Amino acid sequence: MAQSDLNRRTVLRRAAAAGILAGPAAGLLSSCALGDDTSGDTSGKYEGTKSDKNPLGVKEDAPLDVVIFNGGFGEDYAKAHEAMYKETYPKAEVKHSAVVEINKELQPRFVDGTPPDFVNNSGAGQIDQGGLVAQGALAELSPLLDAPSLDVPGKTVRETLLPGTVESGSFDGKTYILNYAYTVYGIWYSTKLFTAKGWEYPKTWDDHIALCKKMKATGLAPWTYQGKHPRYMSWPVISTAIKFGGPQVALAIDNLEPGAWTSDAMKAAADAWYQIVKDKYILEGSPGLDHKQSQTEWCKGNAAFISCGSWLENEQKAVTPEGFNMAVAPTPSLGSGDKLPFTAIRGTAGEPFVVPAKAKNERGGMELMRHMLSMKGAKDFTGKVSSLSVVSGAADGITLPFGLTSAVKALADSGSNGFNWVYNVYYRKLERELVDAACGEFFSGRTTPAEFLAACQKGADLIAADTTFKKYKRNA
Amino acid sequence: MRHGKYPLLLAFLLPPLALYGYFVVSPYAQSFLIAMTNWQGLSPAYEFVGFDNFKRMMGDEYVWNALLNNLWLLVLLPLLTIALGLFLATMLNVGGRGGRSTVTGVRGSALYKVIYFAPQMLSVSIVGVLWAEVYNPRSGLLNSALRALGLDGLAKVWLGDPAYAFWAVLAVMVWANVGFYVVLFGAAMQSVPRDIYEAAALDGASRLTTLVRITVPLLWDTIQVAWVYLAILALDGFALIHVMTRGGPNFSTDVVGLRLYTEAFGDYKWGYASAIGVVMFFVTLSVTVLSLRLTRRERIELS
Repeated sequence: MAQSDLNRRTVLRRAAAAGILAGPAAGLLSSCALGDDTSGDTSGKYEGTKSDKNPLGVKEDAPLDVVIFNGGFGEDYAKAHEAMYKETYPKAEVKHSAVVEINKELQPRFVDGTPPDFVNNSGAGQIDQGGLVAQGALAELSPLLDAPSLDVPGKTVRETLLPGTVESGSFDGKTYILNYAYTVYGIWYSTKLFTAKGWEYPKTWDDHIALCKKMKATGLAPWTYQGKHPRYMSWPVISTAIKFGGPQVALAIDNLEPGAWTSDAMKAAADAWYQIVKDKYILEGSPGLDHKQSQTEWCKGNAAFISCGSWLENEQKAVTPEGFNMAVAPTPSLGSGDKLPFTAIRGTAGEPFVVPAKAKNERGGMELMRHMLSMKGAKDFTGKVSSLSVVSGAADGITLPFGLTSAVKALADSGSNGFNWVYNVYYRKLERELVDAACGEFFSGRTTPAEFLAACQKGADLIAADTTFKKYKRNA
Repeated sequence: MRHGKYPLLLAFLLPPLALYGYFVVSPYAQSFLIAMTNWQGLSPAYEFVGFDNFKRMMGDEYVWNALLNNLWLLVLLPLLTIALGLFLATMLNVGGRGGRSTVTGVRGSALYKVIYFAPQMLSVSIVGVLWAEVYNPRSGLLNSALRALGLDGLAKVWLGDPAYAFWAVLAVMVWANVGFYVVLFGAAMQSVPRDIYEAAALDGASRLTTLVRITVPLLWDTIQVAWVYLAILALDGFALIHVMTRGGPNFSTDVVGLRLYTEAFGDYKWGYASAIGVVMFFVTLSVTVLSLRLTRRERIELS
């Protein structure tokens, strides 16, 4: 037995010992996931001379590192914007990459202090925006906003944007995020169905309930909703409350004021919406459907109304029957005492673009934004992806699909009465988890309006009391 | 000559050990460190906060709720999977009563083996998507079948109803895993001498008695292994639940793994998420040790 000292057991034992030693050693050798504080040196940014043609002082031959989310909008629109940038700065090299999971791709680069110069932070893998701002990872965009527009003479970039755009990316009065696509949130219906039945979209809550009753009598479910993402239904509830009580309702919610969710306006709205639950005006089984499934039921004509944003038309393109002609409308008014008129609708800028604070070519990143926000860049975007941009008037003269045309009209009718809220941007968790769960219980009929609002308020209080969330306030 | 073995051994052992150390041990060790910080995962800035994250966890009702769901899984998943696995393996291997003296499975057992094992070949995400469609309350296979049979009253909203969602997910977990254990138990049964079963059959033992009095004691080692595997699986459950329900409705299917994921990738609280991971590491470790201890029995020698 000459090999007795090297049998299976001893080898394993020694291997285990080696493993224990190798562990910490490897840990020391590898750079820690926490990153290294010295690597994020902010000096060494590319800077050129400012001039009339180059108001941001871009270094003309500096490379530009661009990361685009490859989702619903694809990447072609971004390539067109980059081509515009190259036209202005022929010596610059633009590195374009399109990824699906922004967080997995970019989180290490943010930690490392080597982020790209321009990021389209969107999609399911979006990096928490409140978190990015709280950790000082983003550049403040006022140089861009105050620079002259590329092709709208006599106006700054800020002045060319639709109302609410700058606010939607602002935290405590400073703008860090450029939301580029304009989204209208409302209630969607098929104009074909309504014309065929001789129905008219209800302008008041009583008309709405009367129509629901009529629909149900014909065997059609009046409503369905994205059951596994019930927060979609929080939008019409909050909208109804804002129209009833004025923009103050949204301000209180965004600022996490005590009792914001249990205000009289929210109570009135929740009581009203409870009727579609109580009277079983919601398509049976809706709570078990995800967004695609419920929206498809709606497209198949199994339900008349659904709450969504203006991406709905694009999202449902493949399953929408010919001539369905979807249109968006504001939530019905509760009564004559409403502070805002029926036409007031929720519109907001979405699809966030950012320039990281540690971007080497920070000025170039903003300059690319300036190109996007030119009339030419915005028209190109709207034409390519069938979505509105935040540049005022950029959709004029472009043939848009039916649903989007209705969204443009709704926005115009709404005018200065348009409203929005941003608590979902400040505190992702509050909308995506807590209000979401509360909506699920409420619209499945398991909680009363009072319990629903109490659950939302409990979530808001939880966030308010949690010191690990950076708090933001807005004034208007 | 003897010394010549070491370089060879080291050449084979060191690369995998180094890889293991770098990709497995080192991240584990780092997460212990990160759990003591308030790192938010988007900048290199962080502060050491001691045990604050662990204290926070004590008061986090959502973590407790998720842990409770994991504990339910821990009890139910191994129990149901092993019971069903044993039953099916028995029927496939020794349950047949057709022949006179030979011990065989029920008729068509070869086909059943393939059917039971099939889910094992699907990835977790495919299983999740598949069953999310089966449970679709309007057009899903399950409700359609129930309605076709006239059992409309049994058709539920399944994944949309907190009263059923957890059980619906548990059923999928059992379905997805039982095939493997049928094969595992089946293989173990093949090593049990046939004459024991023949003797039992001659003595007039029913199938149930045979299963409880003969199969289970003789397969105890295998069952123990199955128990540990399934317990670890029950403490995870992340992938399937992430695909099927994302923890909803109203957190009724939430598990700790999903909490960890949401804290890290949703709210960018990496310090806190790491603390949850560290706690789960110890919970899983204790459960494994405990179940090995509790199920220890005298080994039965077959020959």
